[in-house]
Amino acid sequence: MFDTIIIGAGPAGCSAALYLCRGNAKVLLLTHGGSSLLKAHALENYYGLTSISGSNLYKQGLEQVRRLGATVQEEEVIDLSYDDKFVLQTNAGSYTSKTLIMATGSVRTTLPLPGLKELEGKGVSYCAVCDGFFFRKKKVAVLGNGAFALHEAAVLEPLAATTTLLTDGKNIPAGSNLPGVDKKIAALEGTMHLTGIKFADGSRLDLDGLFVALGTADTNALARKLGLVLENNYLTVDKEMHTNIPGVFAAGDCIGGLNQVATAVGEGAIAGMEALKFIRARAQHI
Amino acid sequence: MSLQVTEATFQQEVLAAQGPVLVDFWAPWCGPCRMLGPVIEEVAGEVKDAKICKVNVDENPDLAGKYQINAIPALMVFKGGKVVASAMGVQSKSTILEMLKK
Repeated sequence: MFDTIIIGAGPAGCSAALYLCRGNAKVLLLTHGGSSLLKAHALENYYGLTSISGSNLYKQGLEQVRRLGATVQEEEVIDLSYDDKFVLQTNAGSYTSKTLIMATGSVRTTLPLPGLKELEGKGVSYCAVCDGFFFRKKKVAVLGNGAFALHEAAVLEPLAATTTLLTDGKNIPAGSNLPGVDKKIAALEGTMHLTGIKFADGSRLDLDGLFVALGTADTNALARKLGLVLENNYLTVDKEMHTNIPGVFAAGDCIGGLNQVATAVGEGAIAGMEALKFIRARAQHI
Repeated sequence: MSLQVTEATFQQEVLAAQGPVLVDFWAPWCGPCRMLGPVIEEVAGEVKDAKICKVNVDENPDLAGKYQINAIPALMVFKGGKVVASAMGVQSKSTILEMLKK
């Protein structure tokens, strides 16, 4: 069991890890290998550094926390839950922790599919474990083509009448035994409730439920699985970076704001210190 | 404290109630519902002019069907028997209090 699992290894995640490791906590940093920092060609607005490339700063940040003893794993988080402890499932294994820091980075814009937003909660879902129950013996599809989509499909398959993988023009993954459709999607159909999908070639598919699991599980998907409050797709935190769930903290671009390295580092430091405080208080209590 | 409502009591406790009624559709197996639970109790302890109810969708599938609940937690505010506000997923206390003002 880790004291803290941090999802995301950008400036917010590494800064949190730094304070936790120095406070003697056992830290796991999970990253899917990406960060918006990697896209910054030259960073010239961070204290003390005249100019540095984003990729260089990212590498140095990871190296720093590794030296301090953090375990860094390049794995994709596909599920998380809480039952006395946080349980995270990745594409490679499963981990538990006492606290969790969300440093999941910039919020991905949702797919601009007509009907998607309007049908949320009316057949469109972002969490198979939470909502699969309502689609027993019904026709469902999972939108996506990565490990996350396959995980969601595996949850739904025993419950639903049919489970189809929709890749919206991308390749159907090799490991999938499910019926798959790789055509581009034009729109979702239905007003009061989802009734089907219309593809760009004019064909359609009858559906009762659509589970969105595009790419890697992002802030939004992970928040919904755990029950974190979101506002305009950003995680809601107080000044101490506490989310609505005790023991869960968030920092960096996933909480909105300036989306700067400087703010991410500061928020990460606060989240790390607060997680440390939480762990110590709990240890005393026990 | 919130009031557990069933298919047998929904008409009387929610639809025929005077003033706004917040209904939290939940299930014991739903992790996010457990996160929302304490917030609902906090709201129930604070508000005086609204009734705060919970419906277990496992035990009351007809109610879940009638209100087309297919994602939980789901919150609905009823006034005069009609749904005046609804929200899907875990909400903050301030959002819930705002919903009750609608």
